Amino acid sequence: MNWWQIRNRDADLERELRSDLELEEEEQREGGISEEEARYAALRAFGNPVLIREQTRAVWSWNWLESLARDLRFSLRTLGRTPGFTVIAILVMALGIGANVALFTVVRGVLLKPLPFHDPDRLVMLYEAGLPEDDTAGFNVVAGGMYAEWKDQNRSYSSLALAQGIRVGLSGSGGQLPEKLKSALFSWDMLRTLGVQPALGRDFTQADDHPGASGTVLLSWGLWKRRFGSDPGILNQTIELDAQPYTVIGVMPAWFDFPDPATQLWTPVYHDKPEDTMTSFSNHMFRVVGRLKPGVSASEGVADLSIISQRIHNAHLNDPFVFRSTKSRPLLEHMVGEIKKPLYVLLEATCCLLLIACLNVANLLVARAAARRKELAIRTALGGDWLRLICERLMECLLLSASGGALGLLLAFAALHWLTRTRHDMSRVESIHIDGVVAAFTVGVIVLCALFSGLIAAFSISDKRILGALREASRSVGGGGARASLRKVLLTLEVGLTVILLIGAGLVLKSYERLRSADMGCITQEVITMHLGLPDARYATPARRANFYDTLLDRVRALPGVDAAGFVSAVPGQGYGMDSTFSIVEHPTLPQSSGLFALSRWADSKYFRAMGIPILRGRTFDGGKRLEAANEVIISQSFASQYFPGEDPLGRHLRVRGQNALIVGIVGDTRYAIGETPRPVQYYPLDAGVENVGTLVIRSRHDLEQFALPVQRIVSEMDGDLPVSDVLTMNQLLGKSTLDQSFNTALLVAFATVSLVLAAVGLFGVMSYIAAQRTTEIGIRVALGAKRDQVMRKMLLDGMRPAVFGLVAGLAASLEAGQLMRDLLYEIKPLDPAVYAAVAATLLTVAAFACIVPAWRASRLDPMQALRAE
Amino acid sequence: MSSMAKQAQQRVGLLQGTLDMLILRTLLYGPAHGHQIGKHIQRTTNEFLQMQHGSLYPALHRLERRGWVVSRWETAPDRNREFKYYRLTDKGRKQLVVEESQWKQMAEAVARVMWPAAEEN
Repeated sequence: MNWWQIRNRDADLERELRSDLELEEEEQREGGISEEEARYAALRAFGNPVLIREQTRAVWSWNWLESLARDLRFSLRTLGRTPGFTVIAILVMALGIGANVALFTVVRGVLLKPLPFHDPDRLVMLYEAGLPEDDTAGFNVVAGGMYAEWKDQNRSYSSLALAQGIRVGLSGSGGQLPEKLKSALFSWDMLRTLGVQPALGRDFTQADDHPGASGTVLLSWGLWKRRFGSDPGILNQTIELDAQPYTVIGVMPAWFDFPDPATQLWTPVYHDKPEDTMTSFSNHMFRVVGRLKPGVSASEGVADLSIISQRIHNAHLNDPFVFRSTKSRPLLEHMVGEIKKPLYVLLEATCCLLLIACLNVANLLVARAAARRKELAIRTALGGDWLRLICERLMECLLLSASGGALGLLLAFAALHWLTRTRHDMSRVESIHIDGVVAAFTVGVIVLCALFSGLIAAFSISDKRILGALREASRSVGGGGARASLRKVLLTLEVGLTVILLIGAGLVLKSYERLRSADMGCITQEVITMHLGLPDARYATPARRANFYDTLLDRVRALPGVDAAGFVSAVPGQGYGMDSTFSIVEHPTLPQSSGLFALSRWADSKYFRAMGIPILRGRTFDGGKRLEAANEVIISQSFASQYFPGEDPLGRHLRVRGQNALIVGIVGDTRYAIGETPRPVQYYPLDAGVENVGTLVIRSRHDLEQFALPVQRIVSEMDGDLPVSDVLTMNQLLGKSTLDQSFNTALLVAFATVSLVLAAVGLFGVMSYIAAQRTTEIGIRVALGAKRDQVMRKMLLDGMRPAVFGLVAGLAASLEAGQLMRDLLYEIKPLDPAVYAAVAATLLTVAAFACIVPAWRASRLDPMQALRAE
Repeated sequence: MSSMAKQAQQRVGLLQGTLDMLILRTLLYGPAHGHQIGKHIQRTTNEFLQMQHGSLYPALHRLERRGWVVSRWETAPDRNREFKYYRLTDKGRKQLVVEESQWKQMAEAVARVMWPAAEEN
C-alpha cells in the first residue's frame, strides 16, 4: 500500500465523518432547536469523532505498521535511556557481525564463486601419478612429452592446454630499469581452453607456439599500466625478455591472473622451451588444464589418460621416471585447495564469536529485563499484552543488531579493503567483493542475532508470576533466582564457546611458534639474499656464466662490511626448486624400473660458510676446478644416511647427467621450505657454469639493507640489463613463506581475545547483578554475624561455578574441534596438554578477576545501609 | 494470555458479527450512507439498539475491506451534498445468507436451552 493511499483514506474518513455529523446536526436543527444546541446534540448522538477515527483506522491493514512504529519509538527511547548499555551491545554485535560478514565475503569470493572462465565446471587440472616408489597423495606436474601424447590420443577432452610459471628478466628501456617478473608459459590454446580473450590485441595462434616462430608476448593489465603507461601503441612493439626480442600481441583483462596471482606476462611454451624438454617423458614440470567434453565425467577422463600413460610407461621401462597413471581435480580446487581449510576454520571461529556476541547481548538484555521487572509486571497487570511485550523486546534487539550490523558492515568493508591490499599473494583475492549476496547475508545475520538474543531475553519475562514480581519488587530479599540461573546458563555457554576459541587459537599459535623456530639448518640472522638470473642469450656458454659468478662474488666479498658471501641456486626456505636423478657408481645397478632422485642445488665453494651450513665431514668444493673439471659433489647428512647406510660416502661417485661426480663432503641438513622435514640434497659446484639462476647470499653483522644498492651497482656495471630482484633478509624470506600461517594465527588469536573479553564482561555483569540483588540478604547475614571473608568466598564460588562448568564443557568440545584443525597444525597434536592447561589457567584467572570485584564489594557492605536501601 | 482477556474478546466478536449482519441486512434495501444505516437500525428496533457510531464506522470499513460492501461518494437526493454511500456486493449478499442462517441456528439453540417446555409442547 502506498502512503498517498493511506493519506487519501485518512482524508476520506475525515470527510465521511464530517458529512454524517453535519447531517445529524441538520436533522437536530430541523427538530427546531438552536444552532449551538443542535451541534452539541449531534456530537452527543455521534460520539467522540476522534475516537471513531482511531477505531476505524485500526481496521485498516497498515495498523501493524503503526504499532511497529510505536514499538520502534518506544525501543529507541528505552535504549536512549541507557546509552552505556546500548553502546556496548552495539559494539559487541558489530564485532561479531563484522567478523562474520568479512569472512563470509572472503569465503564466497574465493571458494564459492565459480571461476571467471567459460563454463568453469568442465575445467580440470591434470597430474601425473603412480611412480612406483612414490605413493604419496601429492599432485605431480606433467612432463612435456606426456602432455603431447595425451593431447594427441585422448578422446575425453575438447582441449588440453599447458602452463608453467617462470621468471623472466624484462630489459630496461626508455629510461626504465631492467626487472625480474613472474611470468607464465602457455601453450597456444590455453586461453581458448579457459575461454578467455585478451582485453586488447589478439590471442596466441598455433603458429606463434613453435620453436621457429618469432617471440610473442601477452602483457598483464597491471604491467601494461605500470610499465607502458596504458599506451595501446605498445601492441606490435618489441620488448626484450631475457635478452630475446618479443612482440607484444595483446593485453589481458585486469582480473586475469592464471596460473598465479603475480603473473605479469605470458609467452608461448613451445617457442621458449627447448624441444627435448617438450618431448621428455621424465622431465616433469608443467601444469595441464583440460576441458572435459560434454557428457564426459572427470573420472572417465582420467581413465582415458591413464591408459595412454600406461602405454608410454610400458614403452619406456628403462626410464624409471616415466609415470604410468593420471589424476585430476577441478580447476577451482587446484587454485584454492591450500586456503580452503584455514578459511573454513576461520569461518567457524567467527561463527563462535558471533554466538558469543549474541549470548552476551542476550545476557545484558536479561539483566535489563530483570531490572525492569516491576515495570513489566505492572504493565502486564494493567492488561498489557504479553505478545506486545515480546515484540518490544524483539524490536529492541533488532535495533541493536541492525545498528551493530551496519557498523559491522563498515568494519568488514575496512577489513576486506585491508586484506585485498596486503594479500596479493592469496589466490582469487581479486574476486572478493561486498555484493548483493553479502548484503543479504548481513541482513540474515542481523535478523538471526535479533531473534536469538531477543527471544532469550523475551522468554525470561513470563507473566505467570506478576504478583510474585510485584511482591518481590516491593521487598526484594530472596531475589529473582530464576533469572539469575538463566543468566548463569547463558554464561556457561559463553564460557564454553570461548574455551573452544581459546584452544583453537592456542594450538595455532603454538604451531606457528614451532614453525618459526624450526631449525632451517642454516643461519637466519645477519643474512641478506638477492635473486639473479643470467639470460641464456647473453650467457650462452658455461664459461661465461662461471666467469660472471666469479667476478660478482669477488667484488661482493670486497665490499666493506661483508663477512661472507656465496651463491646458490636456491637457499633453504625458497622452496622445492629442482631435483635430479642420480645413480651411485659403486653400488650394484638398480633394476630398470626404479631410479633415485634427490633435491639438487648448485653452490659456490664458500656458500656453506656464508650460510652457516656445517661441513660435517670432508671438505667444500675445490675452488680451482672449473667447468668440466668441476666434477665434485657434496651431499647432505640425510642423503648420506639414506643412500649410504653403514658405509663411508666420501670418495664414492654419483652419476648424474651422464657424468661421474666425486663425493667430497657431507654437510648438515637444511629444509627447503619452512614446515617441511629435511630432505636429502646433492650440491654441485657453481663453477661448472651450468646453472643460470640463483640467489646471492651476503652475511654481515652490519645493517643488511645497506648492501642492496652497492650490489645492484656492481651487477649493473657488469651487465646493465641484468635485474636484481627479491632483496630480502633471510628473516623476511622465511616470514613471507609463513605469511599464511601468521595471518591465520593473528586472526584466531584476535577472535579468541575478543571472546575472552566478552566472557569476562559477561561474568562481571552477572556477578554485579547477583550481588546487587542480594544486597539485603547479605546485609542481614552480616548483621547476624557472618564473617566478611565467608560472604566473599560464597559470592566468589557462586560466580565461578558457571565459569568452571563452561570450562569443562568447552574443553570437552575442543577435543572434537581440535580434530578439525589437525591439518593446520605443525608438529603438535590437536590434544596438546600444554595448550589445554594454559587455556584453563587463563580462563580461570580471568573469571576470578571478573568475579572478585563484585564479590569484594558485596563483602564490604555496611549492613545498616544495605537494609535501609529498601 | 489470561482467560479473562479471551472472554472479553469473544464477547466483542459476537457483537461485531451481529452488527455486521445488521448492516448487511440494512443495505439489502439499497445503498445508504453511515448516518442512514445507523438511524435505520435504531428506528427499526424502536430505539432498542442505540447505534454507537464508534462501532458503526469501524464495522463499515471492515466490511469494505472484506469486499462485502463497496463505497462511493454520491449526492444525496434530498440534500444537495455528497455522502459516502455503501452498496452491497454479491459477496456481501452471500455473506448475509451465511450469517443469517448462523444467527438463526444460534437463536434456536439458545431458545432450546432457555425454554425447553415450549419445545416439548
